Amino acid sequence: MISFIQQIVNGLQLGLVYAVIALGYTMVYGIIKLINFAHGDVFMVGAFTGYFGYTLIKLPWPLALVMAMAVCAIVGVLNERIAYRPLRYAAPIAALISAIGASFFLEYFTSLKFVFGPDYIVIHPPVPDITWIIGGVRITIVQVIILGTVVVFLALLQLLIFKTKMGAAMRTVSFNHDAARLMGVDVDKTISFTFAVGSALAGMGGVLFGFAYPELWTFLGIMTGLKAFIAAVLGGIGIIPGAVLGALIMGQVEIMTAAYISSQARDAVAFAILIIVLLIRPSGILGRNELEKI
Amino acid sequence: MKNVKWVALLLVVLFMFSVAASGCAPKTQSSEKVIKIGFIGPLTGDVKTFGTSTQNAFLLAIKEHNNTVAGYTIQTVIGDDANTATQATAVATKLITQDKVSAIVGSVTSSCTIPISVVCEQYKVPFVTPTATNPKVTMDPDRKTYAFRACFIDPFQGTVGATFAVNNLKAKTAAALYDQGNDYSVGLKDFFSQSFTKLGGQMLDTEAYTKNDTDFSAQLTKIAALKPDVLYLPDYYQKVSLIGKQARDKGIKAVFMGGDGWDSSDLDWATMDGGYFSNHYSADDPSPQVQSWVKDYQTAYGSKPDALGTLAYDATNLVLGGITNAASTDPTKIRDAIQNLKDFQTVTGKISFGADGNPIKSAVILKIDGKNKKSTFAASIKP
Repeated sequence: MISFIQQIVNGLQLGLVYAVIALGYTMVYGIIKLINFAHGDVFMVGAFTGYFGYTLIKLPWPLALVMAMAVCAIVGVLNERIAYRPLRYAAPIAALISAIGASFFLEYFTSLKFVFGPDYIVIHPPVPDITWIIGGVRITIVQVIILGTVVVFLALLQLLIFKTKMGAAMRTVSFNHDAARLMGVDVDKTISFTFAVGSALAGMGGVLFGFAYPELWTFLGIMTGLKAFIAAVLGGIGIIPGAVLGALIMGQVEIMTAAYISSQARDAVAFAILIIVLLIRPSGILGRNELEKI
Repeated sequence: MKNVKWVALLLVVLFMFSVAASGCAPKTQSSEKVIKIGFIGPLTGDVKTFGTSTQNAFLLAIKEHNNTVAGYTIQTVIGDDANTATQATAVATKLITQDKVSAIVGSVTSSCTIPISVVCEQYKVPFVTPTATNPKVTMDPDRKTYAFRACFIDPFQGTVGATFAVNNLKAKTAAALYDQGNDYSVGLKDFFSQSFTKLGGQMLDTEAYTKNDTDFSAQLTKIAALKPDVLYLPDYYQKVSLIGKQARDKGIKAVFMGGDGWDSSDLDWATMDGGYFSNHYSADDPSPQVQSWVKDYQTAYGSKPDALGTLAYDATNLVLGGITNAASTDPTKIRDAIQNLKDFQTVTGKISFGADGNPIKSAVILKIDGKNKKSTFAASIKP
């Protein structure tokens, strides 16, 4: 029983990291109907930036986290400006291919020696090694930090979307670009802002990921990004609470598969979920069923 | 233009001279009894430092024999395979058919040594590779009769690790966590589990992951609940460091053990403190063979010998030992003599060859000293 609860905690940790990445996928999809495949790589840039922040520049880790979020926001906005905006009204497949190109560019450019380098980096998280044992279940300070940070930023995100003018603009643009423009919304600016927020969240996810799983390399965003993408699809892509729900389910499914079925099968199960969701309920758990041609 | 022609002519003349000179060299010494021993290593290319340290050791071994063996004067022939399989084939063929070597020491990597083993089998010339660990070097699928190696093959480390865990650490239970896509990791895990069970221990759990996994919490939580004495982690240093950290976070108090993949300065020393891993050799092994070898190498080259160089030294001595017993330059007789070596003393232990051409020898176990960021000699384990 203790070990079952411990596994739930493990799954929660993994799920929360997926959640912050899945949010970026879902926000971008919600507003321009594009699956931003470079998002996982922005997450990787965040992990590295945070790492350099608290090692090279010797910032306290909360500042390094903010720095990583800022850098990722810039990377995300540039990514949109260069790779997606020129293709916004082209065939959807063109932007999708451009996204794959942007993803490869980020992976291979950052693996150059003068950027992040091609080697694995083992990091020592700048937080004290504290573990609480509550009824036999071990909870580390890293898990508490992850939970706290993610909850705070989710609350801020909700406030942003539902209580601010920019949030209203984002919701408007997600319905219809032309109508939003007629209402006086600056569509380009709103889309840039959405990318900035989504990428900043990915950057935060990257730094927290580095605390929880202290090994970095420049291709780390591929698998983590794909799993977060599955989470977004599972919850219903384009729906913000759906991304969080999907990510938490994904985390539990992966951990429980490894724990109680077979550790060899966890990736297979993760991708089986994607296929099953797409076959049975393409709009996801929280999605409404409506016809759409992608 | 005239100048160019002159230079070309000069080059041609020089080239003819050099060919003539090299062709004549053996004839002038024909009064003496000469034996030719070849060396093949990657002296250029991506792993050229491997080639340099093995060549140094090879030449040192010959020099320590005063360039003679069994009454013959040794003539060395050096070949460079540049760590490419095609060049390895070409250079092995040249050494055997043109230079007529009686035996070969080399090469370093398995990808070059496998083609060399095919050539040697065809021309019936024995070779001893210092470091090629792939099983196909000596068996593919039948025994290549002229192939030998001075190193143990990877799975053997699993056996050694299990022996150490049971006999020295008095471990009763163990668990293993391995990379299911890596032959090295799977091989070590298989042999560790098998030997550990055979020696009376109990394998509580065996869990897998894939190369790019970073989250091991599910597997480690399962293992933590079982409380094993030893956690076997047969993978390379960066993965092992990551797993080790998460294992301690999950409250696993087991002793970590692993193989030579841990041997790197980039290991997370603090996390892996108190762990043990198997390796070919340790420069602080107190045995007199190791200490005199380290001293000799340092005198000759000014640095401590690495495992590659040490194994190359052993491989060369195995060839020389075979020649001594055969007292002949006939490659087939030398081959039989190498196969029949019994408890032949080398730096890395006493060697006898199994029917498969792999040595039966001891391995060393090193202990991780997290404070001083180094590994120290813990034990030498005989199979």
